[in-house]
Amino acid sequence: MSVTEPLLTTPLTAAHRAMGARMVAFAGYDMPVQYQDGVLAEHRWTREHAGLFDVSHMGPAWLRLAAPGGDAEADHAAVAALVEPMVSGDVAGLKPGQLRYTLLLAEDGGLLDDLMVGRPAAPEGQGALYLVVNAATKAQDFRLLAEAAGPAARLERADAGGLIALQGPEAAAVLSAVWPGAGDLGFMRFAAFELDGAAFTVSRSGYTGEDGFEILAPADAARTLWARLLADARVRPAGLGARDSLRLEAGLPLYGHDADPSVSPYEAALDFAVSRRRLQDGSLRGLHRLAAERSGALERRRVGLKVEGAPAREGAEIVHDGAVVGRVTSGGFSPSLSAPVAMGFVPPALAAPGTPLSVLVRGRPQPAVVAPLPFVPHRYARKA
Amino acid sequence: MRFTKDHEWIAVDGGTATVGITAFAAGQLGDVVYVELPEVGRAVARGEGFAVVESVKAASDVYAPVSGEVVEVNAALSAAPETVNAEPQAGGWLVRLRLADPSELDGLMDQAAYDALVAET
Repeated sequence: MSVTEPLLTTPLTAAHRAMGARMVAFAGYDMPVQYQDGVLAEHRWTREHAGLFDVSHMGPAWLRLAAPGGDAEADHAAVAALVEPMVSGDVAGLKPGQLRYTLLLAEDGGLLDDLMVGRPAAPEGQGALYLVVNAATKAQDFRLLAEAAGPAARLERADAGGLIALQGPEAAAVLSAVWPGAGDLGFMRFAAFELDGAAFTVSRSGYTGEDGFEILAPADAARTLWARLLADARVRPAGLGARDSLRLEAGLPLYGHDADPSVSPYEAALDFAVSRRRLQDGSLRGLHRLAAERSGALERRRVGLKVEGAPAREGAEIVHDGAVVGRVTSGGFSPSLSAPVAMGFVPPALAAPGTPLSVLVRGRPQPAVVAPLPFVPHRYARKA
Repeated sequence: MRFTKDHEWIAVDGGTATVGITAFAAGQLGDVVYVELPEVGRAVARGEGFAVVESVKAASDVYAPVSGEVVEVNAALSAAPETVNAEPQAGGWLVRLRLADPSELDGLMDQAAYDALVAET
């Protein structure tokens, strides 16, 4: 990203500045890294109450069949068939209203992005998919998706509006005060809601490890909802700094750091995102590599590390028996554990929790031990 | 108390001086979660990075305002790094130096000059 290009704004940029946020350039957008409370307080408030995040820089979009036939299942199968070859997951098998985390794959099985794909709940919404891709990769992703759709479907970008994340144990109670039905959404489900005549897409999902929601809205409606949610005493704004420390504690990878085109789903420890049906029917990209890795031919694996001493940041070398065996891909300080944590790649033989390693920080080795991910347990609203 | 353009402060008492980061620097850095201090006895040169102050997101070097020998470090910061935010120009001090060349102090800013620098930032 050239620094000479003007930064993009979101519908909430002015609101952030008015609240005294510290703004930074992120993926070409002018975004709040923290508000006046600071990263630690915003992080802790989200874990204990509800944090409100502007994630409008991300890439929401709809892929809609150009000519749906009217049969719900057939129309879903048709739109799913356009996207499924590009991703690791089962898109055809999505139930109405279901959202799934999946991986955009290169021909060799490397990761091009991670994204959400959802099947609308409403009968009239069939033959469409809701997609949310990463900010830094959205130009590439939208191009690939539009190419794959060809004339059969059209990709409608929805990233001119606002995307708001409300995350934390009080998120459901807060959002239920706006929409009484919001709390009934199951984890990884989404639905359409309305407020003052505007249409919102609300999903029970997030990037913090907490229960919560992600809400897509037209720009004006996003500003209205942002202000309304902030007026609730249980809600405080949280910036990209807290978003990063929350997702690190939750063990969630950040594309471009913990994953890139050289990394496979298994190397990234995202096995759960690879569909068994797709493995069996042979329709996955990079099947040869993925099948080999699945049967043991894995060069490296993403692991968690608990670090003693100074935080080990991205790029820090991971050492075992005097040899560099990998690198930290995300690292920092865990506010919940009050200790440094990191994620990085190591050979599978060194990936078991409890394995003692060291990390080089400013040239000095510090003890680090492989730890299970997540560092802080997920508290999603899973229904029995 | 005198100041550097890199936002360190230094308070001289006879032949030794106490060094820390300014309130402005602490505010810019955000919540300090880790402080790395030099060994007592280390000789530092003016402008040399001698300490690291880390927030959740980033690590920042602290540069020596003047040359000298480290005669004491603020060991309390290892258990309470947040003191750098709470009292940056008092209890959040980093090191005490024995001055190698007191004339180096002449090149530093006084309070008024530093306030003007911050106002421009």
